[in-house]
Amino acid sequence: MSSPAVSEPLGQPIRGPRALDDSWSRFWHLAYNIARSEFKLKFFGSALGYVWQVMRPLLLFGVLYVFFVVILNVNKAEGAAGKFYGVQLLGSIVLFTCFSEGASGSVRSVVDRETLVRKIQFPRLAIPISVVLLAAFNLGLNLLVVMAFALISGVRPMLSWLELPLIVSMLMVFTTGVAMLLSALFVRFRDIQPIWDVFSQILFYASPVIIPVEAVRKELLSHGSLGHTLYHVYTLNPLVAIFQQFRHAMVNHATLSAGQVMGSWAALLEPMALVAAVFVLGFWYFNREAPHIAEDL
Amino acid sequence: MTASSQASPPGLPALAARGVHKRFRIPEERSHTLKERALHPLRRSRHDDLHALKDISFDVEPGEFFGIVGRNGSGKSTLLKCMAGIYRVDQGAIWCNGRMSTFIELGVGFNPDLAAYENVALNGIMLGLSPKEARARYERVIEFAELEEFQDLKLKNYSSGMHVRLAFSVAIQVDAEILLIDEVLAVGDAAFQQKCFDVFSSMREEGRTIIFVTHDMSAVTRFCRRAMLLERGEVVSIGDPRDVADRYLELSFGRAAGYEDDQVGSARMGDGTARVTDVWLGDDRSEHRSVAPQSEPLTLKVLVTFNADVVDPAVSLTLLNDQRQPVVVATTALDHEETGSFQAGERAGFAFSFHNMLAPGRYHPILTITHRGEGLDVIDRYTGGLSFVVSGLTASGGMVEIPVETSVSRWGRAPEDEIQTAGSRR
Repeated sequence: MSSPAVSEPLGQPIRGPRALDDSWSRFWHLAYNIARSEFKLKFFGSALGYVWQVMRPLLLFGVLYVFFVVILNVNKAEGAAGKFYGVQLLGSIVLFTCFSEGASGSVRSVVDRETLVRKIQFPRLAIPISVVLLAAFNLGLNLLVVMAFALISGVRPMLSWLELPLIVSMLMVFTTGVAMLLSALFVRFRDIQPIWDVFSQILFYASPVIIPVEAVRKELLSHGSLGHTLYHVYTLNPLVAIFQQFRHAMVNHATLSAGQVMGSWAALLEPMALVAAVFVLGFWYFNREAPHIAEDL
Repeated sequence: MTASSQASPPGLPALAARGVHKRFRIPEERSHTLKERALHPLRRSRHDDLHALKDISFDVEPGEFFGIVGRNGSGKSTLLKCMAGIYRVDQGAIWCNGRMSTFIELGVGFNPDLAAYENVALNGIMLGLSPKEARARYERVIEFAELEEFQDLKLKNYSSGMHVRLAFSVAIQVDAEILLIDEVLAVGDAAFQQKCFDVFSSMREEGRTIIFVTHDMSAVTRFCRRAMLLERGEVVSIGDPRDVADRYLELSFGRAAGYEDDQVGSARMGDGTARVTDVWLGDDRSEHRSVAPQSEPLTLKVLVTFNADVVDPAVSLTLLNDQRQPVVVATTALDHEETGSFQAGERAGFAFSFHNMLAPGRYHPILTITHRGEGLDVIDRYTGGLSFVVSGLTASGGMVEIPVETSVSRWGRAPEDEIQTAGSRR
């Protein structure tokens, strides 16, 4: 592989581009500062600034709320679990918005920063991570709106609110895994974008955003073994456990907890293993592609 | 493999490369989608291997101004990107000792919607500074760029000159011991280029190592202590910049001349009744001068050997610069229409003298001997041999440095219709 003269090192080797550098602090500073400047741009970039960022999930919420609560009376149908349905809906929308911004936003991220990638040596992973960080900043602000809405709606502070960091970090790990995978795949396969757009839509309806998990459960489990299998597939989606636990712990204890949805708390290991698998796969693939991203662009 | 194996230096080299290979895969039909992959799962993507760098080895000593030159496609930019860590080498290794900073392009990652402060901080972090260091440098950056009054402006409202000044100033405020520079000097006006060179000179005096990739031979001969010539991904020569520059010209002009040969059918044009046998600079042929100082008298002498009797031949000189533009054209036919009659076997010297007002750089004389008349009846056309460098500090950016006197006088108030409003200039 290497020529004979390469036996004795003559200094620090130049290893070429990688996903991560030797220096974690450089990676972190870079990802954080890219995200921060993007955030500032959104905040100060337009006349109404951050209002637009909060408006997006709120508008979606408004449409869905009118449709499902006012017209279809979903909350009435679900009994005690349907209490504070509006807050549940808004919470799920905000969480899904974060996932979608992180995952869909990262698809083109590396390719869009082509000039950087081709002209500067830096830990490549900083690019998709900065997109996820930006989504996390937005989530922080959106969650404030959700909590304000919850308190106005009459949700009382609960001890289980302490679970929020755990729920959010689970969501972030999953989002990061998907972001790493998608951003590296897109360099090679440009049709990842339409494929992901469709897949993301499916995930939106297959997660407890509009349709409460209680309704899905009642419907599927009454349809024999096929229904049971479908329900099992449904619960494999990590977003189901994450969103549902948010509804349970943050809004209404009458809704099913993640453990109840899965059947047992041990069964929760399945979606968690999936989150871990996506994260490892995403990192592995990005790390493998990182050295030649600059050449493949 | 080449000149790199000199006596081992007291310390480690600033940068060392050993047996570096780099290949690019150029797919014939690039499948850019999963769909194509899915439809043709068994079709292996055919591709050509472009062997961009072949067994490159060299050392750059600390404090050296090292030039890497080569024609387009010779692999010099690929090598720079390998050194900068943007491409991974396929074989061999590169080491460096000290903090390295790369100027491949100025202002990479500048965001037009952010103000100078944000951009300077972000760019500094990208170039490897910590946020604290990047912010601490801000004052110096703005001061050097002379943009104190415009620092709150968004970058999109900057003129391109201000943009370049800011970018350059950010780049040089990175305290790197080793600087990799790719023809960034090609941007900006002459004054800015001069400023760049001034900065690089002062950096060299501070003992920093500068590796400069270019195809501008005059810059290499003026600034570099050592240079390396690449051709088709291989090291052709390493050493004194003048020798390297000569090899470079051989490569580029040798090929160009070869092209002409194909059309004419022989190595030399003309009927051959006389041949230019030598061309030299100055009075003394044995000196082999290759440098002509600026603003001093310059004499170019031509030795012609006659193979047949010729009456009143004319010798003309065309002096090309590095861009192959004719800068000076002169002929003996103007001053001496009757040069005399020469017999077979006789030799004669012709001289061209002028006050050297050429811009610094490399020049290539082309000499043509013609029969008396309109100059179309060519006896000999001589393109090879000598090329020389004009040395000097006056480089305004023009092809020649003619002394120009300037003056200013006031003309009073301009008529209203001549005055443009400030807004219309943008």
